[in-house]
Amino acid sequence: MTSVQNIVERYKNREEKLITMLQDVQKTDGYLSESALREIADRVGVSLSRVFSLATFYKSFSLSPRGRHIVQVCMGTACHVRGGQRILDSLKEELDVETGETTGDGAVTLQEVRCVGCCGLAPVIVRDETFYGKMNQKKSIQMVRALIPERSAR
Amino acid sequence: MKGIRMVSVCFGTECVARGAREVEKELLKLASRNVLKVTRTSCSGNCQAAPVLRIDPEGFLTGPMTVEKVRRWAGSGFDPAVLESWRIPEQDAELPRLADHPFFRHQRLVVLKNRGRIDPDRIEDYMAAEGYDGLARALAMSPGRIIETIKAAGLRGRGGAGFPTGVKWELCRRSRTTPRYLVCNADEGDPGAYMDRSILEGDPHAVIEGMIIGARAIGASRGYVYVRDEYPLAVERIQRAIEAARGFGLLGANILGTDLNFDLEVVRGGGAFVCGEETALMASIEGKVGRPRPRPPYPSEKGLWGRPTNINNVETWANVAPILRNGSAWFASLGTDTSKGTKVFSLVGKVCRSGLVEVPMGIPLRTVVEEIGGGVPDGRKFKAVQTGGPSGGCIPASMADLPVDYEALTQAGAIMGSGGLIVMDETTCMVDLALYFVRFLVEESCGKCTPCRVGLKRMEEMLTAFTLGLGQLEDLKQLESLAKTIQDGSLCGLGQTAPNPVLTALRYFKEEFESHIMDKKCPAGVCKALITLSVDAERCTGCGLCRSVCPVGAVSGSPKSVHEINTERCTRCGACVEQCRFDAIIIQ
Repeated sequence: MTSVQNIVERYKNREEKLITMLQDVQKTDGYLSESALREIADRVGVSLSRVFSLATFYKSFSLSPRGRHIVQVCMGTACHVRGGQRILDSLKEELDVETGETTGDGAVTLQEVRCVGCCGLAPVIVRDETFYGKMNQKKSIQMVRALIPERSAR
Repeated sequence: MKGIRMVSVCFGTECVARGAREVEKELLKLASRNVLKVTRTSCSGNCQAAPVLRIDPEGFLTGPMTVEKVRRWAGSGFDPAVLESWRIPEQDAELPRLADHPFFRHQRLVVLKNRGRIDPDRIEDYMAAEGYDGLARALAMSPGRIIETIKAAGLRGRGGAGFPTGVKWELCRRSRTTPRYLVCNADEGDPGAYMDRSILEGDPHAVIEGMIIGARAIGASRGYVYVRDEYPLAVERIQRAIEAARGFGLLGANILGTDLNFDLEVVRGGGAFVCGEETALMASIEGKVGRPRPRPPYPSEKGLWGRPTNINNVETWANVAPILRNGSAWFASLGTDTSKGTKVFSLVGKVCRSGLVEVPMGIPLRTVVEEIGGGVPDGRKFKAVQTGGPSGGCIPASMADLPVDYEALTQAGAIMGSGGLIVMDETTCMVDLALYFVRFLVEESCGKCTPCRVGLKRMEEMLTAFTLGLGQLEDLKQLESLAKTIQDGSLCGLGQTAPNPVLTALRYFKEEFESHIMDKKCPAGVCKALITLSVDAERCTGCGLCRSVCPVGAVSGSPKSVHEINTERCTRCGACVEQCRFDAIIIQ
C-alpha cells in the first residue's frame, strides 16, 4: 500500500478531509508531488483541478521539494518592528536565495512565515519546527551556517 | 534546605521554545521528590522571560531559566534565595506580593484565571479549579435561560467585531433546520496576536466547556475547533483535552446523563489569513478553498453544509463558563457601559515587559502600555500602539488615554480586534508600517473582489514609492480615495477593513508621509533608501565589531581608532547598528 493510499484511507476517502490529507502527505514526503496530487484526486473521486486548487491556495503547501532544513523567518508585526525584515534580508544574502527558494546544495529552504504567535520573543525564527527567539542578524547567520556542513567552517 | 518547594514549569510555546523541557529534565534529575515537587503549568503571561518557573509557597516567578541556573540552584541545596536575583517581573523595591507588581496589579483574570496554576493536560486540575461547574449549572437550565444569561451579561465577540454573543446564539437557535453546528474560530491570523493560542494551550477545557454550554443553548450536535496549522502545541493540547473530556462523559452521547449529545473535532487550517473570516473558514472546514461568500444568508441560517452554524472565537467561548458559574450580574459589573468583561491582549513590540495580559474593559491604553508593560525600553519615546492587526490601526501616544472599549477604539479609526497590542517607539516608521500591512494583505487577499485584489496592489506600489523617496504629494489624496473604493467594493471583512492601517497612519502621522515625499527623509531611520549611516567619532571606541560584521566590507578603521563607513558601498543592512555596544552608529 502506498503512503498516499494509507493517508486517504485514514480519512475514509472523504472529500471534506482533502486539506488534512494534503497536510499529512506533505508531512510524509516533504512536499506535494504531481503524482501524489493525482493519486489523491483519483482515490477521493474528485478532479485533479479541485486538489490542485487547494494545494495552491493554502500557504502551507509546497509543490516542489524542499531542503533538508526549513528556516522560517517570522514576519509578524512584533517581529517586524523589532527587525525581522533585516534578518530576512541578511539570510537571503547569506544563503543566496530568495524567499521560498532552496539552496543549490539542497540544504536549506528559506521561507517567510506569517506570525507564529511567539511575539513576546520577537524577532523569531523557526528552524525545522523548533522556535528560536530574540534573534538578530548575527545569530541568524550563525544558525544557518551551522546547517550547511561546508559553510560552518567559514 | 528544609521543606519541599513546589516548582511549576511553564509549558507554553514560548517557554518550550526557550528550553522548558531541558529545565524540567534537569530539575527532575537533580532534585529528589522530598526537596522539590516539579509540575507543569500553563502560560503565566511573562513570555519575554521564558522559560519561566513559579516557586511556591514563596509565590514568585523566575526566568529566563537555563539548565546552568538549575545546576547553580541545586548547588545551594535548592535554596529559594538563590533564585531571588532572577525574579520576574523585575522589582525595584521589595513588594509584599507578586500580585502587587504593576504587571499584575492592573490585570483582572477571568479567561486566564487558571494561568500558571493548572497542568493543561490534566482535566482533574481544571475540575479542581471550578472547571465544568458552569456546565453543570447550564444543564439544569433551559436553553432559553442560558441564552438570556449570556445576553444579560453583555458578552460581545472577542474576535474583533464585537457582535453580541447571546443574540448570535438566539438567531441560530431559532432556525428550524437541524443538525446545527458550532465552530470555534482559532484561526488567529492577526500578526502580533497570540491570545487564542495561549488559551488553547493553557486552558483547553475552558474552551470545551464553553462550547458544550453553547451546544445545550443552541441545540447543536457537533462542533469544530478550527486551529491554525502554525500552532502545533495548541492542536496537541486541545486534541488531548477533547479525549479527556470524552473519557469523563462530558462529550459524546448523553452528556452527564442528560439528553444532550455533542461531540467535538479539531480541524487544522492550511495557512490562509482570510480563513479567519467566517464564511471562508466554513468553506475550509468543508475541504474547499477558503474564499468568502456574500452574507446573508448568515451562518446562523445557512452555515456548514448549509445548516445553521454558530461561530465564536476562542476567547469568546472561554468567557461562557465563567458567566454561567458566577452569573450575568457579576460579568456585567466588569467593564464599561457597552463593553463588558475583560479583554486579553498580547502586549508586544517596543515595550519593556511584553507578554499576555488580561485587563478589564475600559482601562486606558496608556495604563496597559506604561504601567503593565513598563513603557518603552532604552529611554526611547512611546510613539503609538497598533491594535487589530491588518484590520486595525495605529493610535498615537497622544491619544493613549483612550479606554479599551469597542466603540472608543472604532471611533479612533482602529478596532478592538482580536487582541494584538503592538507598541511602537520613535524608531518605528509609520510609512514602512503601513506598507508592511498592505504587503501582508496583498499576499493574503483571496483575489475574489477586484478592489481588494488590485486596489491593494496599487496601494503597495504607492507606499513603496514613498519609502524610496519617489512619491508626490498628490499621491496622498489618491491613496485616500483608493482606500474608500477598497472599503466600499469588497465583499468580506478582509477587504472592507484593509485600508485601516493606511488611513490611521495618514490621519495621525501625515507629517511623516510628507517628510518622505518632500524632504526625502525617513525621520524614524527605517527606510533604507532615505538614510545614511555614519560613525559618531565621540562614541566610537574602535573595537572593530562593526567592521567584522559588515557583509559588504563598507567599514574601515584600525583597532582602537575611530572607524568610518563608506556610504557608497554601505547597503544600510543595519548589522553594525545591531552589534555596536556604544550606540556609535548614527542613522540620518
